[in-house]
Amino acid sequence: MPCGSDNVGARWHADSVPPPELPPDDVLTGLLLAGDEAAFAQVVDAWSPGMRRLARVYVSTEESAAEVVQEAWLAVVQGIGTFAGRSSLRTWVYRIVANIARRRGGREARTIPAGAVGNDGGDRGDRGDGAGPTVDPARFAPAGEPDAGHWQRPPAPWPEQALLAGEVRAEVAAAVAGLPARQRVVITLRDVHGYDAAEVCSILEISAANQRVLLHRARAAVRLCLERYLAGGEEEP
Amino acid sequence: MTESLNDPVDHLACVELVELVTAFLDGDLDPVAERRVVDHISLCDGCDRYVDQVRQTTDVLAGLSGGAPLSDEARERLLAAFRDSIG
Repeated sequence: MPCGSDNVGARWHADSVPPPELPPDDVLTGLLLAGDEAAFAQVVDAWSPGMRRLARVYVSTEESAAEVVQEAWLAVVQGIGTFAGRSSLRTWVYRIVANIARRRGGREARTIPAGAVGNDGGDRGDRGDGAGPTVDPARFAPAGEPDAGHWQRPPAPWPEQALLAGEVRAEVAAAVAGLPARQRVVITLRDVHGYDAAEVCSILEISAANQRVLLHRARAAVRLCLERYLAGGEEEP
Repeated sequence: MTESLNDPVDHLACVELVELVTAFLDGDLDPVAERRVVDHISLCDGCDRYVDQVRQTTDVLAGLSGGAPLSDEARERLLAAFRDSIG
């Protein structure tokens, strides 16, 4: 299972403020059904930041993401009676956020089977674009352990506002410059200049799967550079 | 909508999720795979943060262009770099 809900919070990050303990789902659901305002305020405070981050995946502005979260909470209030307890309450709420944000984001459902994702090496060989994991496997619990495949060294939070600094842009520009050529071209067209995936495929005459793999590897590499830079050039412990 | 919101799905491991981030951000996952990602993020701080950091990385990248469109010359340079890397 995913890192259990009991893991959410301060376990990994001593510097973050631990969220107040929420009651178990069945109790919480009962309180919400009964219209308990304090309980509602508690979940709103605890879950809204994560919900906003999820919404932001689908919509293009922070304002819009905040509106999605508002709308989702209204839907939760109206629909709490239909929560069947087959997932955690938090998961159920996040599904509502995704549904609302997806509608608002105006995406058409493009369906590519999950199995097709990541299976195309895109550009194997000696150009450094090859297949293989994009995150150091040592950051996850190894096979055989109870938490196999789950974060052992999860990403640390990035300092608020840090990404606005000019040095960060320089760092990111340098990271892009250091990528293998094909990854560099794809990430430059997609993320720097805002071409969409179909345009990049057409410009470069590559397949959708190939485009995605190149972009995926490029973004993971640039994120890693940023992570190292923001950690002060040190590897995380 | 409420019924489907309750349907359980198979769980992903973090090590799998991090390889789906780009397809997730592009809206390219099929509904079942997307649901698995959303479910996982709802319960996992590490992956919530990872996805958000990749998205933030794209925000920084978007700022590199300074809002200027790609010039013909820059575009030609990029395409040449791509072509050369194949040959």
